[in-house]
Amino acid sequence: MLDRNHPPVSHPIAGFDLIAPRELTFKNGLKVFIFDAGEQDVVRMEWIFDHVFTQTENTLLHTCACEMLLEGTATHTSKQIAETVDFYGAFLVPQVEADRSTLSLFSLNKHLSQLLPLVREVLTGAVFPDQELTTYIRNNKQKLQVSLQKNSVVARRLFHAAVFGENRYGISAEISDYDHINSNDLRSLFKEQYQPYNCTLLLSGRVTDALITQVEQLFGDEWVPSAPQLEPQPGLVFPSESAGALLLEERQDALQSALRLGYRSISRSHPEFPGLQVVNTLLGGYFGSRLMTNIREDKGYTYSIGSGLVSLKYGAFFTIATEVGTAVTAATLSEIEKEILRLKTELVSEEELSLVKNYLMGSMLGSLENVFSHADKFKNAYFSGLGLGYYSYYDDVIRRIDAEEVCRLANSYLDYDRLTKIVVGKM
Amino acid sequence: MVTFDRFTLANGLRVLVHEDPATPMAAVNILYDVGARDENPDKTGFAHLFEHLMFGGSVNIPHFDGPLQRVGGENNAFTSNDITNYYVTLPAANLETAFWLESDRMLSLAFSEKSLEVQRQVVCEEFKQRYLNQPYGDVWLRLRPLAYTTYPYSWATIGKELAHIEEASMDDVRAFFEKHYTPNNAIMVVAGHVKTATVKALAEKWFAPIPAKPKYTRQLPQEPEQLESRREIVAADVPLNSLYIAFHGPGRQEAGYHAMDLISDLLSQGPSSRLYRRLVKEQELFSELNAYQTGSIGPNLFVVEGKPLPHIDMEAAEVAIWTELEALKQEPVGNYELDKVKNKVESTMVFSEMAILDKAMNLAYFELLGDAAAFNRETAQYLGVTAEAIQQQAKQLFRRENSSTLVYIATKNAG
Repeated sequence: MLDRNHPPVSHPIAGFDLIAPRELTFKNGLKVFIFDAGEQDVVRMEWIFDHVFTQTENTLLHTCACEMLLEGTATHTSKQIAETVDFYGAFLVPQVEADRSTLSLFSLNKHLSQLLPLVREVLTGAVFPDQELTTYIRNNKQKLQVSLQKNSVVARRLFHAAVFGENRYGISAEISDYDHINSNDLRSLFKEQYQPYNCTLLLSGRVTDALITQVEQLFGDEWVPSAPQLEPQPGLVFPSESAGALLLEERQDALQSALRLGYRSISRSHPEFPGLQVVNTLLGGYFGSRLMTNIREDKGYTYSIGSGLVSLKYGAFFTIATEVGTAVTAATLSEIEKEILRLKTELVSEEELSLVKNYLMGSMLGSLENVFSHADKFKNAYFSGLGLGYYSYYDDVIRRIDAEEVCRLANSYLDYDRLTKIVVGKM
Repeated sequence: MVTFDRFTLANGLRVLVHEDPATPMAAVNILYDVGARDENPDKTGFAHLFEHLMFGGSVNIPHFDGPLQRVGGENNAFTSNDITNYYVTLPAANLETAFWLESDRMLSLAFSEKSLEVQRQVVCEEFKQRYLNQPYGDVWLRLRPLAYTTYPYSWATIGKELAHIEEASMDDVRAFFEKHYTPNNAIMVVAGHVKTATVKALAEKWFAPIPAKPKYTRQLPQEPEQLESRREIVAADVPLNSLYIAFHGPGRQEAGYHAMDLISDLLSQGPSSRLYRRLVKEQELFSELNAYQTGSIGPNLFVVEGKPLPHIDMEAAEVAIWTELEALKQEPVGNYELDKVKNKVESTMVFSEMAILDKAMNLAYFELLGDAAAFNRETAQYLGVTAEAIQQQAKQLFRRENSSTLVYIATKNAG
């Protein structure tokens, strides 16, 4: 007789093997990490540049520079660049984060010879034509106008300002900031930042020796620095947080309030980070978390609620975000408070803790599906100043952590009263 | 090339297996052949609400998520106008847990009033978050009924209105399950570090005991041919004017589908595409402009949507779009441009074969369309489209009397 009432026998979740990259440093200072694996004839290449802040702390300039890389060089127009990339079926994608800008190329191997010289040309000779800049500014001002109508976007902006203050992590671009962007500033940022010694190149996919040779020629031998390396930049100093402040931005016509709570926290390189990640997962880091179980699955206040830990180059933060019916804004805050208090005062049951441990180990295993995800794992550790050994440490902490340690960490790092609380909508 | 084995259980459940030993994980994807188009027009949003209820406990298992997370797995689901699709990923060593969970909720649900009450509220909050409390969030609530007068694509998966969800009763829920959640109405794909023989044994063990139920035969009213252009103008509290033009086009299994999809690529795929290059960059008429088709199995829609710049009046914006659409009708696309969009299709297809879950979903979907093997022929289908076929399809699509135009006029003072 089939027993449907009890789960089938399950097995402990296996450890994982990470692909260690082959490391090269080209003679121009470019650091290269190579992950060669996979069945398909595809390659992802990422040129990652650390942000340089000599002109302004407003990262809008960095965003414009990155997003306009493909808008023209001395010898190719925006249109020609777009045609080439599209014709060879590739995706060449600029992406900007708080600390870095990345140009990613996704391509079939067979087209790389046509594409790589173009990428090199862009990285060494983007010119930011005035007409393209005018178009870029006009269109992005429009997009920002739409975004600013979204309560969740406004909440996020207010949150960053409250938590980090007047610096690159706290400043969000205003529509009027676009009026101060000019091509001279873009060109000087380009010259400071887009240099081989300030770049890390990750190659993943089917990376043959012939490809490496070609890459070394184009991005090592033929990419000559066009400016001297700058002195290392000082770290950031943040203002003291206005502890526990609740900031309400009233929106009379809102159907939902966007809530964002949080404060500065520890980053991935802190020894207690993996343990705190377990605490965060219990609280709001997965579908079965306490916040989801209580506020969505029991009360039906929201479609979704979650919490997370975000590591930045010079800091980190913890955040909780949700959108709830306006009638239950205050009730949601009070449930969040209860759930944080419960983690600090009651020991988590063995059943719940083992579930979360297994969930985290399973999702680690699942996140290593293909060669690109191995490169992503490396990237996360590397830009936190860590090596792949971090993941063995992380795995070890998760396997060992017990209820007392969870409670201790919750008491060290979670404090509802101290959370900055942003509400956009109605209380 | 995604290889697979296929077998059918006595109760009609179709099972496909894709072995991929390169990953330690397995994906289990179950597609139920039911979507929002199968709803009663007075009780819309039901397929999607039902998807939420599928996580509220089944006949022998009170919670779906917990036991799966306990063995290192994750899951989610989505509902479209055509299908409801559930998926699990987990370490392959614990594959059987997915079979235990998925078979129990195919066997019978254990609905509680509380679960229904809470999920009604959750879905109402989802409705507000995605459709009502966002600028332009209600586009599809307006565009669907404008474009479809008769076919049950005239409402969005979330439903026509909050009231339909608020009024869903326990009896409705039970009846929906009996009608649609049957083994003979489902396709299961298991992919990853698995063996066909193991999957077969597990399927026999867990799914074969589920009785077949009467097969629901879909009989949907046909959408009559559109004979006059339609237009709706909305004064809305949005920052910018916005324009949407929808055309009826061939469904997923009809001739002309691939040509239509390539037309959307010619117009809007990548930074060199026609609409972006000409109307956003060169003529400077729009801040954003896109074209796409909805990929529907039934009567499909091809949509062009854009936001004209503040100083461009709506009439001029529409003329500019129509000029580009007319060009596709008048001039056959050249070899270079046709090769360009085909190259993009080719590389996109290769990238779609890099994750077991993507492969599992694609196999299930193509099996629903008639044959999972067609997934491996999909690139060839696109490569075979000729310039003449594209021109022919453009002529068929881009007729005034085949168009439904929705215009948002911003009442908010754009700053």
